[in-house]
Amino acid sequence: MWTGAALVFLGVVSYPLFFVRFPGLRDFPWANLPMIALGSVLLALGLVRAFRHPDLCRGKIFGSVLAVLALAFSGFFLYGIFIGARHVLPPSHDAPRVGQTAPDFTLPDSQNHPVSLKGALNSPFTPESATGAEKGAAQAAGVVLIFYRGYW
Amino acid sequence: MIAISVDSPADSENLRRSQGYTFPILSDAHEDVIRRWDLVHVHGRRDGADISRPAEFLIDSSGKVRWANLTEDFVVRARPEEALAAFDAMNRSSHSGE
Repeated sequence: MWTGAALVFLGVVSYPLFFVRFPGLRDFPWANLPMIALGSVLLALGLVRAFRHPDLCRGKIFGSVLAVLALAFSGFFLYGIFIGARHVLPPSHDAPRVGQTAPDFTLPDSQNHPVSLKGALNSPFTPESATGAEKGAAQAAGVVLIFYRGYW
Repeated sequence: MIAISVDSPADSENLRRSQGYTFPILSDAHEDVIRRWDLVHVHGRRDGADISRPAEFLIDSSGKVRWANLTEDFVVRARPEEALAAFDAMNRSSHSGE
């Protein structure tokens, strides 16, 4: 019973803490679902045992509390992953599409120097790791632009 | 590669240093560009502030969008391989005189 409850909690908690680092396990929680499922089974078996043989193993009350907690916890997780995460982002119908021209902009970088999209597209790009011939590469072939939520 | 968020330049500088990033991280604190690109996630932040939704674009040297990734699912984001594949496809088509 204890193992089961622990496994359910571990299955939920390990997703944001650890498994999100692996794209395959983040897009779909392959590692976490089995943990939660196995934990639930163990917890249920423990609970059945506690109710059938109260003389052998105690834990009717505590086991029930654990089970409810585990159920709520994993329910919250599954809701968050499969429903919550899919309905919060805006549709962005007017975002630039493939084939359209990207609107130019100028914004300050982390050292407050202005950077424009046009400027970045027209400037020669030299990565710090570039060596020899790479350094002479004339012009940026393109820019990968990443909008992200920020680290607040 | 260029990254954009609503973080202040100081926050972005901390991020850049702590992660050792060499690409520019731009600060769109008032969501001017994020709004113009229709990428605002209203009340996306836990404190209710508006932020950018996750979105990735590949833009060629003429300013055209060649690849865009607007995830509908929070936890599913573009992988580096996808952007690299888009980049390769763009270079192939420009070499073939398209």
